Amino acid sequence: MDKRHIITVLVLHKPSVLQRISGLFARRWFNISSITVGTTENPDIARMTIVVKGDDTHLEQVLKQLNKLVEVVKVKDLKHNNYVERELCIVKIHAPTESGKSQITQYANIFRGSIVDLSAETITVEITGDESKINAFLDLVRPLGIKEVARTGLTALMRGSKILKSNKK
Amino acid sequence: MNGAEALIKALEAEGTKVIFGYPGGVLVSFYESLCDSNMIHILTRHEQAAAHMADGYARVSGKAGVCIGTSGPGATNLVTGVATAHMDSSPVIALTGQVSSNIIGDDAFQEIDSFGIFMPITKHNFQIRQADDLVDIMRKAHEIATTGRPGPVHVDMPSDILTGELSKAVKIPADINISSYKPTTVGHPLQIKKTLEAIMNSKKPLILAGGGVSIAHASEELLEFAELLNIPVCTTLMGKGCISEKHELSTGLTGMHGTHASNNLIDKCDLLIAVGCRFSDRVTGKVSEFAPNAKVIHMDIDPAEIGKNVSVDIPIVGDAKRILQDLIKQLKKQKRKHEELSTSENTLENSNSKFLDISEWSDEVKKLKEESEKELSVTAEEKQKTKETKETKEEEKIEKIEKIHPKVAIYDLMEAIYDIDPELENTYVTTDVGQNQMWMARYFKFKKDALITSGGLGTMGFGFPAALGVKFAKPKANVISISGDGGFLMNSQELATMAHYDIPVVAVIFNNRALGMVHQLQSVLNNRQSQIDLGETPDFIQLAHSYGVMAERVSNSKDLKETLKKAILMNKPYVIEVMIDSGYAVKVVAPGANLTKMIEPENKEPCSEKILFKDMVSKL
Ligand SMILES: Cc1ncc(C[n+]2csc(CCOP(=O)(O)OP(=O)(O)O)c2C)c(N)n1
Repeated sequence: MDKRHIITVLVLHKPSVLQRISGLFARRWFNISSITVGTTENPDIARMTIVVKGDDTHLEQVLKQLNKLVEVVKVKDLKHNNYVERELCIVKIHAPTESGKSQITQYANIFRGSIVDLSAETITVEITGDESKINAFLDLVRPLGIKEVARTGLTALMRGSKILKSNKK
Repeated sequence: MNGAEALIKALEAEGTKVIFGYPGGVLVSFYESLCDSNMIHILTRHEQAAAHMADGYARVSGKAGVCIGTSGPGATNLVTGVATAHMDSSPVIALTGQVSSNIIGDDAFQEIDSFGIFMPITKHNFQIRQADDLVDIMRKAHEIATTGRPGPVHVDMPSDILTGELSKAVKIPADINISSYKPTTVGHPLQIKKTLEAIMNSKKPLILAGGGVSIAHASEELLEFAELLNIPVCTTLMGKGCISEKHELSTGLTGMHGTHASNNLIDKCDLLIAVGCRFSDRVTGKVSEFAPNAKVIHMDIDPAEIGKNVSVDIPIVGDAKRILQDLIKQLKKQKRKHEELSTSENTLENSNSKFLDISEWSDEVKKLKEESEKELSVTAEEKQKTKETKETKEEEKIEKIEKIHPKVAIYDLMEAIYDIDPELENTYVTTDVGQNQMWMARYFKFKKDALITSGGLGTMGFGFPAALGVKFAKPKANVISISGDGGFLMNSQELATMAHYDIPVVAVIFNNRALGMVHQLQSVLNNRQSQIDLGETPDFIQLAHSYGVMAERVSNSKDLKETLKKAILMNKPYVIEVMIDSGYAVKVVAPGANLTKMIEPENKEPCSEKILFKDMVSKL
């Protein structure tokens, strides 16, 4: 059965690493639902969070093939919801009237979003949270008219004191 | 010291003796510095061949093989050779020149993204961004190529880096720590324990040995392991010869072109012990019906191979040699204990005396092997079939040409080679891809892993240049390449290289005037012939002569044996064209079918309906 898996990959912070990883996914027909990359506390290491869909055998291959790449330091599949996931979304909503604007502001407050830009015709909201929270917010404002959405894709960390460390040393 | 000089120093430090390559504008500084080195450079006639030579060299020497090509077309010409090495886990270092770094990305003359192109067909690759990194990267490249599961590594070198001065003196690092690269070599003790238990509980165990056994130099251990337990061994194409095929435990090739015995044993076994193989589709046939009754143990250095194609009950990641040694040690201990127990009168179970009792299974193996042998041996009828056919050579002259049955030809080759080297200690045979390869795989019995073939990518044009590379690794060995007429023509320009350096390799061409393997596939799949007729060009004898290479055409069994012996003993570049009966197909398992369902394709001559250009014009 196809499940959604969140994979964290620590990689050497080098040119073309993203190409190597995306190439691996493309060539083996692993579908990426989302991928984010950013720096970490260690300037030599970058962290990627990759969301893939597939059954367990598929996941195992994804993990093993990623692990084979020379620039990959550590791969982990974040299991059992034992992690914190966040995504940033900026959405521009059609709001030509004052009442529309106040309505959106109210929604944004409830979802702990914030208004980051305003024009005569539009209002732009920034919202962070897990995928379902953002989806819920977007569903809510959709009837008002979404002009544009930018989402970062998911990033995640394990809960508690556990950290991801290279075991290849 | 400039980058090119540093590169030469780095290669020398790695023990590189020979480089196969082809120069170009961006490599001028490299070739200039090469003048000051003792390393040999072989100027091939095509970069693809340079890569195959480096590959052949690597497979036999156990060291990395080095090839080099210029930027742009030089790099792209290397691609097929490097991809071939990648699929067969061969440690090739592929160096490419690149345009100067200040114009990278500008679509400069002969610029190509070789870094991007080589990425998916190498174990790893580098693009050098500063001259000072060159030496370290060359060390890393060799380390990655030759350890763990070996594979090709590509290094792209912009021209200004080769000409640029280093800011510091060259220091060759003895050890290099690649923090993110640590292959596992030692098998997990718990998995080893589970393996031993599974073996002791099995009634019908079978070993499936792949190319990983040869790569790990674990043939001796494999044999000892098999003999300790009396377990039969079948092999993949890449594993062929890792156990002597004349040994009574050997059941021969398995898979699409496998023997009746091996394929049926896989179907019947209750425990499959796979060593260093990757369960390719050519081996498994229909995966869901592969080894249906068996628990599967899979030992491999590459964890990603385990569970990729076939689900595995006991995985053991590590070096095949180490794992087998561990298993043997434990087995010997158990055996000793067992013997002590069964001889001591005090034990209750002393009647239950055998260490591992699989005698019934051994009888079954024997029976299946006998059946296989019948099918594999040459019948009187086949020998007779060496037949005479009439062929129109030129306009009016009609020549009679005899043709040899391919099975007979293989047996002749085998006899000639074994007559010269009875233990096959000093002989290597390369094949190309096609029926010639499968005939060799089915009928030629190897005593050691002396077969060099393109198993993974199945690259036509591989065999002949690879043989030239092998000769540089083992200058004293007899090196024979076997190709079809189609495949030989794909790199026949290397006759020039062979002639120029006077490299003593015997190139045997099986001329059936057809793309035999595709012809056969067509008859299995839909029985319509299309584009498999190679016609009667060229005259291989004249072709060889034009390069100054000795050549002979043979069309009967006696001549083949004698000519091959003569050519091997002469130790000169030699071409032997063997006229082969094109109407003979090998038994196959149809693609994706169950292994036990082998079919014998209809024997048919390729139709030689030839349409000339002038007749095509009306369609243009
Ligand atoms: C470079 C390349 N192109 C095409 C193929 C597909 N192919 C596999 S076998 C074969 C026919 C080979 O013919 P030949 O070399 O004459 O050998 P034969 O099968 O007749 O022994 C072809 C075209 C291939 N393996 N490699």
